[in-house]
Amino acid sequence: MAVTGILLALFLIAHMLGNLKVFTGETSFDHYAHWLRDIGKPLLPGVWFLWILRTVLLVAVVAHIVAATVLARRARAARPVKYAHRKKVNGSYAARTMRWGGVIILLFVIYHLLDLTTGTLNPVGDASKPYGNVVADFAPERWYVTLFYTLAILAVGFHLRHGAFSAFRSLGQQTPRGERRARTAALVFAVLLCAGYLVVPFAVLTGLVS
Amino acid sequence: MNLTLRIWRQKGPEDKGRMVTYPVDDVSPDMSFLEMLDVLNERLILSGEDPVAFDHDCREGICGMCGLMINGDAHGPQRGTTACQLHMRQFKDGETIDIEPWRASAFPVIKDLVVNRGAFDKIIAAGGYVTAPTGSAPEAHSTPVAKANADAAFESAACIGCGACVAACPNGSGMLFTAAKLTQLSLLPQGQPERYTRVIGMVDAHDEAGFGGCTNAGECTPACPKGIPLNTIGRLNRDYLAATAKGANNTPGS
Repeated sequence: MAVTGILLALFLIAHMLGNLKVFTGETSFDHYAHWLRDIGKPLLPGVWFLWILRTVLLVAVVAHIVAATVLARRARAARPVKYAHRKKVNGSYAARTMRWGGVIILLFVIYHLLDLTTGTLNPVGDASKPYGNVVADFAPERWYVTLFYTLAILAVGFHLRHGAFSAFRSLGQQTPRGERRARTAALVFAVLLCAGYLVVPFAVLTGLVS
Repeated sequence: MNLTLRIWRQKGPEDKGRMVTYPVDDVSPDMSFLEMLDVLNERLILSGEDPVAFDHDCREGICGMCGLMINGDAHGPQRGTTACQLHMRQFKDGETIDIEPWRASAFPVIKDLVVNRGAFDKIIAAGGYVTAPTGSAPEAHSTPVAKANADAAFESAACIGCGACVAACPNGSGMLFTAAKLTQLSLLPQGQPERYTRVIGMVDAHDEAGFGGCTNAGECTPACPKGIPLNTIGRLNRDYLAATAKGANNTPGS
């Protein structure tokens, strides 16, 4: 869980930084998007780098889900008879919602790929005009898309808040002081990432990016 | 105090079991929780009914025998306290109290509130000891131990093996117990020779016993009557990673 989670978190950082290029204007953003397809040229022909990255991400996602499923099944088997009286757990909201939060994120990722990668669900859906796709996506009359996007990003934030701390712990973080630092780092990381992702749709919504 | 108790009654391992309601009057707030159950049992015996079976031994909070899920809290609402050291003043007059056994497939119910915690013994048998005879307590200066390590090992050694961590864990994981029993040895010189076979053996035994996996949810430490810290599990994880990298097996002493 920790290793695949870290891989996916690194991708989230890179993806967020790429998204923020939307503020540098249409030409720059479109140029960046086209460059993504050409990374590695001329060493690697065509869109090879992109496909290598996609394969690594897909393997990480599948391994992450398999590991989570194994843990969930073990947890279910470990407590066949439920408590008649069980308080809401002491742990954080983030820790409690890891499993369902993960399912929500998966559904969002599928929608997101259909929306902005294949363009199937996008009103413009032109792969050569990523800037236009983004602006059309978060247009004010499509407020429900922005709402769903916001909820999904918040789910990612909660997932990372517990996930990042948990990854440190799984990889051997062992002191009480380190635990406080790991929890703080996870919270700061989750908040920054959420902010970085949410600023794009809200900039489109408010007309800052058009 | 007048209380209403809803207690899990189960005749034996095969019985389905159910919650049964018992009104208990004239409870003194100075009674311990187990004394209150004693009073209930005396009344049940006088009226010819089967008394409620529950585990207890020292009633001083150090043996780890007692373990009740009280209103959804392992060992009841007071932190750092076993059920036997919990007093009725923690409850309100007229309150309804739900009492259940620990719920885990690795801890099958024997009768009523008594569960079989033999799975913990299997984890200990898989490496929770040192094979070299160490004799009685050595002269303190003969084997130097860093103060921080001695303190942390002692903190882990405070584990009484009551099973509250498993009972509270949303995954039914016994990782806090395993980590405490592991690090009380891995932090001391006497525990070093078998450090890496021990961690593999104990984690394997933990998984085989049917406990769930740890997801760092953090439910165990607040429930632990001895307050074993959550970062103890991080020590286990670090030893486990080191052992895996070394290719250690699970045979103690190999």
